[in-house]
Amino acid sequence: MKPVLLCTSVLAIGAMTAGVAQARDNIQIAGSSTVLPYATIVAEAFGENFDFPTPVVEGGGSGAGRKKLCEGVGENTIDIANSSSRIKQSDIDLCAQNGVTEIMEVRIGYDGIVFASDIAGPDFAFTPEQWFNALAAEVVKDGAVVANPNKTWADVDAALPAQNILAFIPGTKHGTREVFDLNVLEQGCKGSGAYDAFVAASTGADDEAKKAEAAEKCLALRTDGASVDIDGDYTETLARIDANKNAIGIFGLSFYQNNTDKLKVAAMSGITPSVETIASGEYPVSRPLFFYVKKAHIGVIPGLKDYIEFFVSDDMAGPDGPLAAYGLVSDPELAATQAAVAAETPMGPLE
Amino acid sequence: MTDLSAGLPHAPRSLFEADARTRRRNAAEARFRFYGMAAVAVGILALVFLLVSILGNGLSSFRQTGIELQVTLDAAVLDKAGNRNPEDMKKVTTVGYGKIIGAALVEGLAGAGIDTSALTTKQVSALLSDEAPRRLRDMVLADPSLVGQTVPFRALASGRVDGFLKGRVTMESARLDSNVSPEQLEVVQAMKDHGMLSLAFNPSFFTNADASELRPESAGLGVAMLGSLYMMIIVLVLSLPIGVAASIYLEELAPQNRWTDIIEVNIANLAAVPAIVYGILALALFINFMGLPQSAPVVGGLVLTLMTLPTIIIATRAALKAVPPSIRDAALGVGASRMQTIFHHVLPLAMPGILTGTILGLARALGESAPLLLIGMVAFVKDYPSAPPQGFMEPASALPVQVYQWTQRADPAFVERASGAIIVLLVFLIAMNATAILLRRRFERRW
Repeated sequence: MKPVLLCTSVLAIGAMTAGVAQARDNIQIAGSSTVLPYATIVAEAFGENFDFPTPVVEGGGSGAGRKKLCEGVGENTIDIANSSSRIKQSDIDLCAQNGVTEIMEVRIGYDGIVFASDIAGPDFAFTPEQWFNALAAEVVKDGAVVANPNKTWADVDAALPAQNILAFIPGTKHGTREVFDLNVLEQGCKGSGAYDAFVAASTGADDEAKKAEAAEKCLALRTDGASVDIDGDYTETLARIDANKNAIGIFGLSFYQNNTDKLKVAAMSGITPSVETIASGEYPVSRPLFFYVKKAHIGVIPGLKDYIEFFVSDDMAGPDGPLAAYGLVSDPELAATQAAVAAETPMGPLE
Repeated sequence: MTDLSAGLPHAPRSLFEADARTRRRNAAEARFRFYGMAAVAVGILALVFLLVSILGNGLSSFRQTGIELQVTLDAAVLDKAGNRNPEDMKKVTTVGYGKIIGAALVEGLAGAGIDTSALTTKQVSALLSDEAPRRLRDMVLADPSLVGQTVPFRALASGRVDGFLKGRVTMESARLDSNVSPEQLEVVQAMKDHGMLSLAFNPSFFTNADASELRPESAGLGVAMLGSLYMMIIVLVLSLPIGVAASIYLEELAPQNRWTDIIEVNIANLAAVPAIVYGILALALFINFMGLPQSAPVVGGLVLTLMTLPTIIIATRAALKAVPPSIRDAALGVGASRMQTIFHHVLPLAMPGILTGTILGLARALGESAPLLLIGMVAFVKDYPSAPPQGFMEPASALPVQVYQWTQRADPAFVERASGAIIVLLVFLIAMNATAILLRRRFERRW
């Protein structure tokens, strides 16, 4: 009978410890996988140099992180959501509904999105128009809207190499895809005149409906295998390019900088992506990176404010800090962010 | 039987001379044998390919490059107050210690007569891991009397330098690599020739926690192994008594009716439910409803318990069923109660089978990562959880989760780490399965 007794008592003790609510003393962070490496670098340095435990950082994607942030206030909800795109009104509404009324928005810097191919392949220099004509489901040819007939990059533009079109682009759940849609496809669609042709060809009821249909067509990609959505992360894209030397993939600048011995980067609109060209705003495909802090947790979770201040300090997010070394493009307005963090200014309504 | 009479040859023939039909049948048999062998060969090939690729990638993670240095711990920098009080000395961050180690390296290179004129001081310091200052700082804070002395210190080399010694980074790749230059590698080669730098067994792979992308060389499995251990303790403590109690009731005491049938069918079904489903259940029940902390081994252990229970119940019931009824009849016949019969006779005889099933269930739980995705265990956890029971509630990682995370990192040095972690995980699984087989061999009884 002894083992039975032992098991029962252990069970009882287990149930009791589980029932006691614990005060959480570590910071919990979740969100964008693009911001994740930066957050881990800061968390690691924070744990080393402060008397607080190292924050726990999770990935999961920008949208998922913001949703978790908005689950409510309390120790079993996260403190910070990392995000590679700006918070949406729907998130703010969800937050307000769950009692999370004050959110601090902290912009940590910029990330460039680069187009890269196998190191041994030919050189590329793109424009948004070329990307649109290569990947869109329907393009304008000789004044008429037709299904995309382009097979090689040379079909798109004679200046490009005669290499089959094959692009690995991030899946729709990624923040990177939003930037690609907005800064490349939409720009290319308008720049090549396809947008106007779509509006003209639309059968919508009024002007608004026609514009909406055209905008939707701008982002519709061909489905014949030339454009492949990658739902995993950049390591998957890199592995696919390794297996398919003809392909062109989309990466974050920091990922490219860590794999310059395998990848060759392409210029966009004549600008080669680098920390300098992104910081100056010359390189067109870049985006700000954010994290969002639940203000109600400041002062409750130990070290939360110290962590945020440490994150945006010049030692970390500055142009010579470890984040810049890893590929983050430092924010020229970092001083304003530091002041806002020090004053714990919550974000206002979205413009 | 009709075939037999129809197929009989009319003329008698020698048995030593196969006729066409016999030859056909023999050929069919030979083909069938070949198919079987081919199937086995495919399986073996897959296993060999897996092992070769994992061992080839991962064995190098058990060795790590270190740089032998003589570090002068300058009291004027590290202890401005001059009272050797760790509280005051904490003000010096890892940046300050980094400068001291960098200076020690420059000095060491000069002492060995290695030409570093092609490199800037920053490039020389870049040969060292970012982890080195933290280790030195911990060492000094633990023993403040070291300040003012010159101490020997083995600093980890950076990931690219380590890759160079392991053959992953070459002069050609360095030319294209933005993180390391051929000039740096020439200095590394000279250091190696002078014996300043060497590959050695890497205990920190087992003791360190995860590390950020800037320092893959210091990433280790410590927190993941401890987290997995904590979860296995919880799984064992909860699932064994619950599973055995449920099986004894169902097998020995429950009446045979529609209800017990339904329960039986559902247990069999639960054993086949995909693991991620348990993760969703855990998120809703343990975290959102019961308010247990995220990323904690207690939640992971509870999910894995739910997942392992059906396996254990099925194994235990099979073990109980294998005990012959004559044992029960004899016990009852000499006046034992139902409970005495079960605990004195049936259960001890069924124990080897139960333990085997439990160990196999634990092995499956150890390798599972899907249910942990949703409860916040797929996270960057740097601090060790404290001792149980408090540690059960503190964030931890797990072995399969660590593998998953390392495969997603951008730095190629993490590929080696991921394969190394897979080797460790496989060793644990093989050990558990071997224990199960040994137990069965040693204690199994046949009637």
